Amino acid sequence: MIRILRQIFRTGIVTEPLPPAVETEIRQTGARLEEAIIKHFRRSLTIRQVDAGSCNGCELEIHAINNSFYNCERFGVHFTASPRFADMLLVTGPVSKNMEIALRRTYNATPTPKLVVAVGDCGCNGGMFGESYASLGGIDKVIPVDVYVPGCPPTPLALLNGILTAVDGYPGKKK
Amino acid sequence: MSMLAKALTAAFGGELTIDMRQHPSAVVCCTLPREKFAEAARILKKSYALLAAEWAVDETAFGRGFVVFACFRWVKEYLIVRSELPVDDPSFPSLTKKFLPAYRFERQMQSLMGVIPTGHPDMRPWIKFEDWPQEAFPLRKSFDATKPMPRVAGEYVWSRAEGEGVYEIPVGPVHAGIIEPGHFRFQAVGEMIVNLEARLGYVHKGTEKRFEALSWKDGAKLSGRVSGDSTVAHSIAYSMAVESMTGCSIPERAHWLRAICLERERIANHLGDIGTICNDAAFAFMLYQCSRLRELVLRTNSRLFGHRFIMDKVFPGGVAVDIDNAGKAEMHAELEGLSRDFERLVVIYDESSSLEDRVRDTGILKPEKARELCVVGIVARASGMNLDCRIFNPFPPYDQYDQLELDVPVKITGDVNARTYVRIEEVRESIRIIRYMLENLPDGLLSIDPGVPAPDTNGFAAVEGWRGEILYWLQSGPAGEINRCMVRDPSSLNWLALEQAIPGNIVPDFPLCNKSFNQSYSGHDL
Repeated sequence: MIRILRQIFRTGIVTEPLPPAVETEIRQTGARLEEAIIKHFRRSLTIRQVDAGSCNGCELEIHAINNSFYNCERFGVHFTASPRFADMLLVTGPVSKNMEIALRRTYNATPTPKLVVAVGDCGCNGGMFGESYASLGGIDKVIPVDVYVPGCPPTPLALLNGILTAVDGYPGKKK
Repeated sequence: MSMLAKALTAAFGGELTIDMRQHPSAVVCCTLPREKFAEAARILKKSYALLAAEWAVDETAFGRGFVVFACFRWVKEYLIVRSELPVDDPSFPSLTKKFLPAYRFERQMQSLMGVIPTGHPDMRPWIKFEDWPQEAFPLRKSFDATKPMPRVAGEYVWSRAEGEGVYEIPVGPVHAGIIEPGHFRFQAVGEMIVNLEARLGYVHKGTEKRFEALSWKDGAKLSGRVSGDSTVAHSIAYSMAVESMTGCSIPERAHWLRAICLERERIANHLGDIGTICNDAAFAFMLYQCSRLRELVLRTNSRLFGHRFIMDKVFPGGVAVDIDNAGKAEMHAELEGLSRDFERLVVIYDESSSLEDRVRDTGILKPEKARELCVVGIVARASGMNLDCRIFNPFPPYDQYDQLELDVPVKITGDVNARTYVRIEEVRESIRIIRYMLENLPDGLLSIDPGVPAPDTNGFAAVEGWRGEILYWLQSGPAGEINRCMVRDPSSLNWLALEQAIPGNIVPDFPLCNKSFNQSYSGHDL
């Protein structure tokens, strides 16, 4: 136990402030964000991640936004096991033929406002896999998408930014 | 001539012909009449060979009909057996009763290529879901892959355990965590699992078919996305297969840089796995510590090589990364810190009795079973099998055994702890050999023109990714284009082992066991 505590103290807090560019952006939208997350989402935004056919590259970076450097929980953002509790779906693609039904069902199980963020080049437009007998292409071929986060895979910062952009657009979607 | 080829020549004599289109020449490819396909497997099994892959190719473009291939491995040797099938009767004798892994390979061949394994005990489709049209065989040349496929009605029949008190738990395809999709069905009595059946194929994106529409250069990009966590290993394997076809020998420095990237990928993924295995045993401390170390490795990758996963940096002919003295110093410093922190964590792992209680004797894959299932990589090494392409099929610098002194950890208990410990020791070893490679990195070019494969040539390569042996088999078409790209991710073999390791464990231990295998869904479903 003493070793665990020592390692924790030795490591300290490694969470980083966001880089100036992103930071400024967040500050600009800060007021609206605060309103959105605190008022509409009761201080926390809950995300269900759905892999609709990705190569696992995007999943690794989504994991990374949970690590102590990016620490997405400081913004009240956290991941849930069930779409029933989710405010947002974070979907990676391309949507495979075999995942299409599961993705639709997950979307239908999500309560409104059903924010959807399409992650990665494949999630945005099918990427290297394009459209074929087995790949339907981007997420928006199957469910409506609010925000696109391109990249192969997108960096953790791009992901955080995408999530915050979707939250920022939320009051508009509510109507 | 290799041992396996000798055994086959002795048995078949004049019926066997050696296929000279296969490259590199170290990999022997024998053509046999299709009636002898299973007989050859029986003889090879007696010679202690393991089945590495089985696949089918549409060679109608050459006027040859369908061809089935089986690749066997014995220590350092790879041997490929091929048999031609007429177009109007594409059946061949099944290998499943000789080699268990053929079970899924053959279901997949039947589903996607429409060749029929006679004598196969389970003819349910694999990857091809029940709602695909029966006559859709995407890997056939006559199939138009660009068109969307209609859905038809159909039902999948599960294999089931029945009896008093047996209940069923379906899981997936959308899982609770941030992982890839797949469906698992447990039949349990109380807490104990009596049967597990996995159903995969959800992330089938038509990857193998997609290769056939790409140029050799773009193929490298796609191979880097077969399984995003093993992007370096897959693109090395693809590139080496292409290089074997064109006879291109890439600069020494490019080989070494590939090896450095490959080892960095191994470290990053093993760190992630060690953390998540512990997290699934409710030891979250380790997850946060390990993901911190993993993040540091990825950041160094990004700074020195321009991408966190070093994606798209390996292609036929060489590499697109380089390292100067400042970079070497930076990497040395990084490894120094990494090694220090990692050793502290290993002590904590060793000393936590509550963790030990969960990981020891959980999810055991016995050595006999591992051999029967022909598993590879970390799973094999945790169950007593000494397999590692870095030793048996090395590219430079791995072939410098006496300087590199690569130590491959082998455990015999086959439980979650063994699989974790193989990873721990591999991280240490990778750190050590990266240091060696940095200090002895040869000068030279980074890449050369790989040339273009001649028509009707076959290429082969085996590379040890962090999960295990990755195989690529390529064939060029009549115009020198990609006619077929067979990808064999280690997961294609190891998924069967998970099903075998689970029964007898309690339901809450499934995530822990699954994590300790950590197989790729995308690399398997293709």
